[in-house]
Amino acid sequence: MKKNRNVGIIGVGQTPYSSHREDVNQPEMIHEAVVAALDQAGLTMDDIGCIIHGNMELFEMIHQPDLWHTLGSGAFGKEALRITTGGTTGASLVCAADNVVASGLHDIVMAIGFEKLQEGHTTGGITNMADPLWGRQLQTGALTGMTAQAMIDEFGEERAKKASMKYRIIMDKHAMKNDKAHRRLGLEFDQANDLAVNSPALVGELRMIHMCSQSDGACVMIFASEEKAKELCKQPAWIKDHITVHREEMFVVFGDAPYVMTHRYAAQKLFERCGIKDPRKEIDVFEMYDPSSWWGLDWLRDFLLLEGDQHLKMVENDDITMEGSFPVNPSGGVIASNPIGATAMVRVAEAAMQIMGTAGEHQIPKKVKQAMASGFGGTLWTVLFLLTSEVPW
Amino acid sequence: MARKVGICAVAQTTYERDKWYERFQGMALEVLESLLDQTGLDFSEDKGINTSISVSDDIFDARTISDNGMTDVLGAHFRCEEKVAQEGAQAVYYGLATILSGHTDLVLIIGHCKESQAKSRNMVTHMAFDPFYTRPVGMDFCAAAGLQAQAYSAKAGITDEQLAKVVVAAREKAAKNPYTPDVTAVTMEDVLTSPMLADPIRELHAYPVTDGAVGMILAAEDRAKELTDNPVWIKGVGSCMDSFFLGDRDVASNFALRKAAERAYGRAEITDPRSSFDVIEISDQYAYQNPMWIEGLGICDEAKGGEWIDSNGIEQYHVNPSGGMLAGSPLILGGLVRAAEAALQLRGEAGDHQVKDARTALAHGVMGPAGQFHSVIILERD
Repeated sequence: MKKNRNVGIIGVGQTPYSSHREDVNQPEMIHEAVVAALDQAGLTMDDIGCIIHGNMELFEMIHQPDLWHTLGSGAFGKEALRITTGGTTGASLVCAADNVVASGLHDIVMAIGFEKLQEGHTTGGITNMADPLWGRQLQTGALTGMTAQAMIDEFGEERAKKASMKYRIIMDKHAMKNDKAHRRLGLEFDQANDLAVNSPALVGELRMIHMCSQSDGACVMIFASEEKAKELCKQPAWIKDHITVHREEMFVVFGDAPYVMTHRYAAQKLFERCGIKDPRKEIDVFEMYDPSSWWGLDWLRDFLLLEGDQHLKMVENDDITMEGSFPVNPSGGVIASNPIGATAMVRVAEAAMQIMGTAGEHQIPKKVKQAMASGFGGTLWTVLFLLTSEVPW
Repeated sequence: MARKVGICAVAQTTYERDKWYERFQGMALEVLESLLDQTGLDFSEDKGINTSISVSDDIFDARTISDNGMTDVLGAHFRCEEKVAQEGAQAVYYGLATILSGHTDLVLIIGHCKESQAKSRNMVTHMAFDPFYTRPVGMDFCAAAGLQAQAYSAKAGITDEQLAKVVVAAREKAAKNPYTPDVTAVTMEDVLTSPMLADPIRELHAYPVTDGAVGMILAAEDRAKELTDNPVWIKGVGSCMDSFFLGDRDVASNFALRKAAERAYGRAEITDPRSSFDVIEISDQYAYQNPMWIEGLGICDEAKGGEWIDSNGIEQYHVNPSGGMLAGSPLILGGLVRAAEAALQLRGEAGDHQVKDARTALAHGVMGPAGQFHSVIILERD
């Protein structure tokens, strides 16, 4: 890749994530995160050239909401771009911000991802994405128990269920250290057996406790050109590379084409482009878009190009905890907080915070030189990022 | 700009009142196949299209993630696709940025919308208003435009006759545009007696409800020259957002358009817009917007839009040879259709409505109540 110029992340602002933000309307909620990001970067709106905005508008039923949100986003008088790609929206916004700054059109841009899921019906909204003729009758929104069943088939019921619940409890322990996180339940490992039986079943062995939340909240990130980033920020998080891999909606289940997971495909391409041979050694932390603890567990295998049960062992051996050899989601991940239009951006923001050293109580103990973040959405769409502490190109 | 980026091919469906016989994927496929035919491109991993930008709207499509049903048509299976959920001109802005950034050399853009699917276009645009103050009073884009038309007409002294001239001219031009088969010629009398929608906006002053799709291929200079003999270079882009509440703005001031134009002119190094364009394609969703946007672009003096119409400015400056938005383009695709039409003119492919020897062009898009957000694109051929 011959990137025109380097781009650094120099500010992150997040609202607290919660099931109900009845104290603020949408522009007011966004404004909280805008102010926090500007404060962290030491900037004012005058420094921002372009505002990049996104969410999933059918959830709140606001048509082109960037228009109204100008009241809180600071877009007045600015260039503006609105990009939406479903669950991956937040990640697509980061790609767009990177592209716009790298292009030279702007030196400093702000990206805003948000959702106020309280104001709509999330599962209804997601179900509505399926083709009205062929897919909608089969849709269960984001709730799919297929992965749970596949893992039980592959690894046996006891081991699969145990690993999935352990993943869930590790995520909650991480979320307990993140004061922005929505669900901080204070789970303990000795509750695992009880939760596995008593948490309400959603679809098959996908239970309520495994599933991500529906949250209100906004995330804002500020991006700057290499020159500006170095001037404005002691330790920017540099965007090394990103890849976006979409997938046809009907899953192409017919014929004999081999099944390739978009996450694995994206990781293979990205690692090849960036010369990564051993991701578990070369990457210091991974913020994964994990909509449920079954998916989070399963997807480790794809993102890290693992085979067999290596991913289960990573969980069983505590590798993925904050102090482990390969920390995953020190923020608590999507299971803890899920304002959908922001969620994928929060992954990149949290990975950036680990590099910038601004993650506070959930800062991992080892120095982060390279971080990975993933976005997920659509019908198994993937966006994958590599961030570095050193100027990458 | 870091490198030259060119439009290498454009394709459109016809724009019709109700394409009941086609799903939106079908409309987009027609555009895609034409683009691939024109350029010989495919989706192969090495030299093919790997980045697509779609333009559509969840609420018009009544589908969450409206690009989700488009992945295969966009060739985005195991490729990158981004949806610009904004006025379509911004897809050109984003495509340009993506190529300038170095991430890719080639971008496919396809926009689609079936306005006929929504029970009412006004109901969709009503949803753009905030639920607390402006929805309860029944605002939609047409009502907001009515208020702006009042304010602008008072400032510039625009008459009902002048607005009728705009509509008659647009429909005459549209008759020569093969992509607008539904649009018929009207007389001054027809327009002047057309029923009121939102005073002073009459039914014939408003763009017709429209279904259609449009697309283009953008490429960096070296790729562009491989793909076509006559690429159209993107010389400048600019956009600007105004404030939201109408009461917070001077709706007759053209604040956002002036700033968007200033940015585009700056990037294209244009100092005198009046002598810089052989063709101007503007998104005139309502007749009053034709002279008003022309003022905002600096093509005529402030508050002189009426005189500009009377002195035959539309012909003199070759404004909207396609018929413009009044000939019908879906709301969210207006600016992208304008850019496509401008590119056709510069490529000499505009057929019966070709402006002779056109070398430079301006395309304009607008979104939001009373022109809250504007985009300007400057194009040029070698």
